[in-house]
Amino acid sequence: MSVIVFAEQSEGSFKKKALEAVQYAANIAERLGSSATAVVLGSIAGAAMQELGKYGASKVLHVADGRLDNFSSRAAAKALIAAANKESAKVIVLSHDVVGRAVAPRVSAALSAGLVAGAVALPEVGNGFVVRKNVFAGKAFADVSVNSEVKVITLMPNTFAVVAKDGTATVEALEVVFTDEDFSITVTATNKVSGTVPLSEAELVVSGGRGLKGPENWGILEDLAGALGASLACSRPVADSHWRPHHEHVGQTGGTIRPNLYIAVGISGAIQHLAGVNGSKTIVVINKDPEAPFFKAADYGIVGDALTIIPKLTAAVKAFKAS
Amino acid sequence: MKFLVCIAPVPDTTAKIAFTDGDTKFNTAGVTMIINPYDEWYALVRALELKEAGIASAVHLVTVGAADAEPVIRKALALGGDEAFRIDTDSNDPYYVAVEIAHFAKDGGYDLVLTGKESIDYNNGVVGGAIAELLNANYVGFATKLDISGTTATVNREIEGGEETNTSPLPLVVSCQKGMAEARIPNMRGIMAARTKPLKVVPPTQATPLTQIVRYELPPAKTGVKMFTEEQVADLVQALHTEAKVI
Ligand SMILES: Cc1cc2nc3c(=O)[nH]c(=O)nc-3n(C[C@H](O)[C@H](O)[C@H](O)COP(=O)(O)OP(=O)(O)OC[C@H]3O[C@@H](n4cnc5c(N)ncnc54)[C@H](O)[C@@H]3O)c2cc1C
Ligand SMILES: Nc1ncnc2c1ncn2[C@@H]1O[C@H](COP(=O)(O)O)[C@@H](O)[C@H]1O
Repeated sequence: MSVIVFAEQSEGSFKKKALEAVQYAANIAERLGSSATAVVLGSIAGAAMQELGKYGASKVLHVADGRLDNFSSRAAAKALIAAANKESAKVIVLSHDVVGRAVAPRVSAALSAGLVAGAVALPEVGNGFVVRKNVFAGKAFADVSVNSEVKVITLMPNTFAVVAKDGTATVEALEVVFTDEDFSITVTATNKVSGTVPLSEAELVVSGGRGLKGPENWGILEDLAGALGASLACSRPVADSHWRPHHEHVGQTGGTIRPNLYIAVGISGAIQHLAGVNGSKTIVVINKDPEAPFFKAADYGIVGDALTIIPKLTAAVKAFKAS
Repeated sequence: MKFLVCIAPVPDTTAKIAFTDGDTKFNTAGVTMIINPYDEWYALVRALELKEAGIASAVHLVTVGAADAEPVIRKALALGGDEAFRIDTDSNDPYYVAVEIAHFAKDGGYDLVLTGKESIDYNNGVVGGAIAELLNANYVGFATKLDISGTTATVNREIEGGEETNTSPLPLVVSCQKGMAEARIPNMRGIMAARTKPLKVVPPTQATPLTQIVRYELPPAKTGVKMFTEEQVADLVQALHTEAKVI
């Protein structure tokens, strides 16, 4: 009856969103009077897996097959299904990220298990099983009732703060029989921007729009982001004009993010842009046009020229951090 | 080689989001339905490009939806595509939609099934991966580039903080996003041709949806923006710390 959670590891450790998924699964297990079992794939040290106990996992099932170090949605789904069968799991949790979103549909289809993609709350389990998610690009919530016996949930990253407690998880090996077919996708090249926090995980984001006039002005945004420890994002025309790389583009056709702080600089606030960012907890808008639609979605605003405001703001952030 | 492109009808991106029936149904009054942008701009256009390059011999379109979805399907046919199929049922359960499409596609001999990254109404991004599982095929999600040579597909997909190039044997299911192709506008000839292209209605299976939306809710309105002047940036920083508690 336990809750299974896919704890994605990368290079032997767990990112915040993996820990968040584990904690979420443990909270669901608590509501169901059961326990949470994490599934970990590929090469990783036992001690790192035991740490998942701090986030509420009582057990870790480790599928050690080295081939799993390269992502395969087929193999990952197979491993999760094997774990779910072993534990008679009723709920399977994954992160709503590029990995979880590739694996969860396969698990749902294979087990005829209803799937709620992008949950933003714990399930209500008193009467049925109802999970809240964003719909219409964050313009509304939908409460989704899952009617199948097994339920699959992908959790929107940055929904809950992650708090470490005392506890260690026991680690057990899980043998899964894979076929060559499960690994028939070959990775031939990887192009990764290293060193920065992935945008979907960032708690603080500084974002620029066409109001910055050109890529030559991005230095001031980089300075502000640097002072805050924030990641950079941009509006779509900025990426389309190749001022910034495409993976920084947020909005309906770009990434969806929900940081604690989103600072929008020289962005008008078109509905398609808001779609990707209106889950942010606090929004600051800096725009020279007092009528810019973004101010309606903002918590704080400054009207004026970004090129002069941003350096002042950066200085104020530095002064604050120094004090 | 035969391709299948999944076309979801969705409310126009600027549609007013409102609900009826005690907040249990989306209010479609006055709302224009369009082709899900990811399906139109990326999945369909890339399929057409590959047909024009001589790689695909036929591009079929499939929609799971009621009769009122037909204008949207005709619009997709106007962009290109040889035949369209409408599976005559309506649900926003992505598992159910995938079961219907997989059942339809199973004996169709499709080498490639293309979907959009996600539907802009329910934002699941589930249908493609679920179809792949049901067809026992490979799946590449969030693809930004797709080429086919012989029986091998080369696909770029988004990964955390970058991109990765994959090769996969066919058949394959790919969910498409930005980068894949440039949006096209249907021309008069396409619109005329679409009127006579076959649009077949397919009966649904006996499957039942596994999820159901029981209630919608609009997020609480912002309480109003607090304005600062350029000279008050230090006060803004202080507010972000003490009031918003985000730094
Ligand atoms: C189907 C569809 C999907 C889309 N998807 C996306 C998406 O995913 N993401 C996205 O961002 N857009 C998307 N768009 C485009 C969107 O509609 C807007 O066109 C876009 O967001 C505008 O970008 P912007 O705000 O940077 O530029 P603009 O609209 O040109 O706004 C620039 C802003 O900067 C301000 N400004 C100018 N100079 C200064 C200055 N010196 N200091 C301060 N402020 C200044 C101006 O007052 C203005 O408000 C989509 C559009 C469609 C139709
Ligand atoms: N009703 C539908 N009919 C046909 N294709 C659909 C339908 N719903 C979703 N799809 C396809 O699946 C993709 C992902 O949708 P979703 O999983 O609902 O976010 C869409 O971009 C479409 O290509």
